[in-house]
Amino acid sequence: MCRDLATEVEKLLLQPGSYVRKKAVLTAVHMIRKVPELSNIFLPPCAQLLHERHHGILLGTITLITELCERSPAALKHFRKVVPQLVQILRTLVTTGYSTEHSISGVSDPFLQVQILRLLRILGRNHEESSETMNDLLAQVATNTDTSRNAGNAVLFETVLTIMDTRSAAGLRVLAVNILGRFLLNNDKNIRYVALTSLLRMVQSDHSAVQRHRPTVVECLREPDASLSRRALELSLALVNSSNVRAMTQELQSFLESCPPDLRADCASGILLAAERFAPTKRWHIDTILRVLTTAGTHVRDDAVANLTQLIGGAQELHAYSVRRLYSALAEDISQQPLVQVAAWCIGEYGDLLLEGSCEETEPLQVKEEEVLALLEKVLQSHMSLPATRGYALTALMKLSTRLRGDNNRIRQVVSIYGSCVDVELQQRAVEYNTLFRKYDHMRAAILEKMPLVERGGTQDEEAKESKEAQLSEAALVSTEPPASKLLDLLDLLDSSSGAAQPPPPLEPSPGGTLGHLLDLPCASPAPASVPNLRVFEREGLQLNLSFVRPPETPALLLITVTAVNTSGADVTHFVCQAAVPKSFQLQLQAPSGDTVPAQGGLPVTQLLRIFNPNKAPLRLKLRLTYHHLGQSVQEIFEVNNLPAETWQ
Amino acid sequence: MQFMLLFSRQGKLRLQKWYVPLSDKEKKKITRELVQTVLARKPKMCSFLEWRDLKIVYKRYASLYFCCAIEDQDNELITLEIIHRYVELLDKYFGSVCELDIIFNFEKAYFILDEFLLGGEVQETSKKNVLKAIEQADLLQENSPSIVLNYCR
Repeated sequence: MCRDLATEVEKLLLQPGSYVRKKAVLTAVHMIRKVPELSNIFLPPCAQLLHERHHGILLGTITLITELCERSPAALKHFRKVVPQLVQILRTLVTTGYSTEHSISGVSDPFLQVQILRLLRILGRNHEESSETMNDLLAQVATNTDTSRNAGNAVLFETVLTIMDTRSAAGLRVLAVNILGRFLLNNDKNIRYVALTSLLRMVQSDHSAVQRHRPTVVECLREPDASLSRRALELSLALVNSSNVRAMTQELQSFLESCPPDLRADCASGILLAAERFAPTKRWHIDTILRVLTTAGTHVRDDAVANLTQLIGGAQELHAYSVRRLYSALAEDISQQPLVQVAAWCIGEYGDLLLEGSCEETEPLQVKEEEVLALLEKVLQSHMSLPATRGYALTALMKLSTRLRGDNNRIRQVVSIYGSCVDVELQQRAVEYNTLFRKYDHMRAAILEKMPLVERGGTQDEEAKESKEAQLSEAALVSTEPPASKLLDLLDLLDSSSGAAQPPPPLEPSPGGTLGHLLDLPCASPAPASVPNLRVFEREGLQLNLSFVRPPETPALLLITVTAVNTSGADVTHFVCQAAVPKSFQLQLQAPSGDTVPAQGGLPVTQLLRIFNPNKAPLRLKLRLTYHHLGQSVQEIFEVNNLPAETWQ
Repeated sequence: MQFMLLFSRQGKLRLQKWYVPLSDKEKKKITRELVQTVLARKPKMCSFLEWRDLKIVYKRYASLYFCCAIEDQDNELITLEIIHRYVELLDKYFGSVCELDIIFNFEKAYFILDEFLLGGEVQETSKKNVLKAIEQADLLQENSPSIVLNYCR
């Protein structure tokens, strides 16, 4: 419909009656909004319409030009020529007297003024020449407008926006900021709101100028009005820098305690972000995060926990301090989940520091072992704790079993109770830890020692757990040979073993996956009969054993694990094992677990050989060993005899 | 401006003027939500609030709330002036306007609004001109009752 009527409207634009013309102009505006292509029709009449005296038509024309310029850069360029004319119109409006018809409380036609200023803003954006032309005028409007009533303030506001958006002189920009500062002190809430919004827009470009008004902004934080306090919060967060960070954080934290719930999340994340960027000392940083977690723990982002644990882990000198603070915080209140998680982790890691008794930075805190354990148990049992929190608490309890000096019966009890927990994750952990107590007690200390610091990126827990599991899987791998070969079976086989409820883990150890699988060994039905192991070499206490696996789904593949055990009194060093097979075979030698076989039956060195035998030819294997032992360097080459037939048939 | 709503303290809608095309269902939904939001505001709070992606400017005159929705780049303070100008026009026309006048003569209220705003923009900044146009329209109505009668037959 617009297209059909466009020409009609154009004709009406030139009608003698002003009543019709003013309506026609605004119709044109509407048409442009709907169908931007009609701009060409309405562009030419604009120049003529600008000469109108009638305010209504003028207003409509200005709006029309604004629309045209917003939608097409060509129109924008075209109308830049009109800037002097607009300046003239506005100047006449401002300077010539008082026409009761159009003015509101001493300001002549504020509607028209605001509209012209808006158009000037669009025309002057990124254009030096136009901006220069309007400089004087803007200064004039800014200084002469009567600001006792809202109309004057509206015009002033628009002027400020125009000054900020165009390439105005520096003095003018300072004037604009000062006007906004005056607005901030105004009693009228609307004016203050408007001032805060504009300051927010300006804070990127004129940071230092806005900083001067920081105290006023902070005062606005205390407003009971939600819109105002939200704006003040955003602006305050933008104004934080390294010099005022302590004072600002103090203010923001007191705000956090009293603010409405929908602002809490923003405020908390804002404070944490600011603390991260500008923290003067690590201790202050930890304190700040702690305080935020205590006040608004449920509203912080998920990675706050990870960040805090990483931060604490990195600040070695503050371990004792942090663990005490966290312990006291936890003792008071266990409902804030992120706080509980961090506190549990910290107590687990640094429990020994907690019990030591003395720390210069906090008041002396006498903590008994039973209290610590009781607290962690309380967290475990509380209905307010999330499953993740429970996991943290259980792991912390486990770690304490090595850190505390008392006996571990209480811990063992708790751990075994959770072995039948409904939550699968907790149950899995509890079963693992239980087995750690029972079967692998000798490794418990090594596994549960303090975590190394992890760089940001992966979450600390997962990486540390992975390294833990990798250690454990390696240790279990070489404990005895039949379990080792069964492990290989389980690693390579698909779901053939019936007893295990879990599918075989992927080759990458996932947290708990490999370990869980190891623990299923006793209850899994025995793997398909493996080929008997073979001792191929023995010399002065160094024994070499081979164990074989034929995975059923790849019949041509043979996996050999070479295990070197040293029962003599001296270590074997620089141990290298190489293998050779006939040409029809393909051999892959994987990296050995190490090159030193410690004495007295210590951790053996293992190496995996993969032999691909597509032709099912008889297997012949030659091994070459080089090592240093008892002060001699030894080299041995030999062929492995009596290889069982199952290895290649 | 995208739309203007007038509603009483009890939440009853007295006038609605939409400057953007929306389906009836959407209009009802927006009205309901906005009325609830504005009525929940306490008396001393500031007149602006952010709602969806629009800015809402509202002012309370006696028992009526005048509520306008403007876009991001519009000037909020001048919108307050627009609302005030409209109330002044109503006042001048009805002579000391009250809510009852608007309830019983709502079509006149719409006419006045249409003479003042067109397509969401101010079309006439002079109070005198707006009122003159309304007077002329009134005269036209008075002078041709015969047209009305003919039409009814």
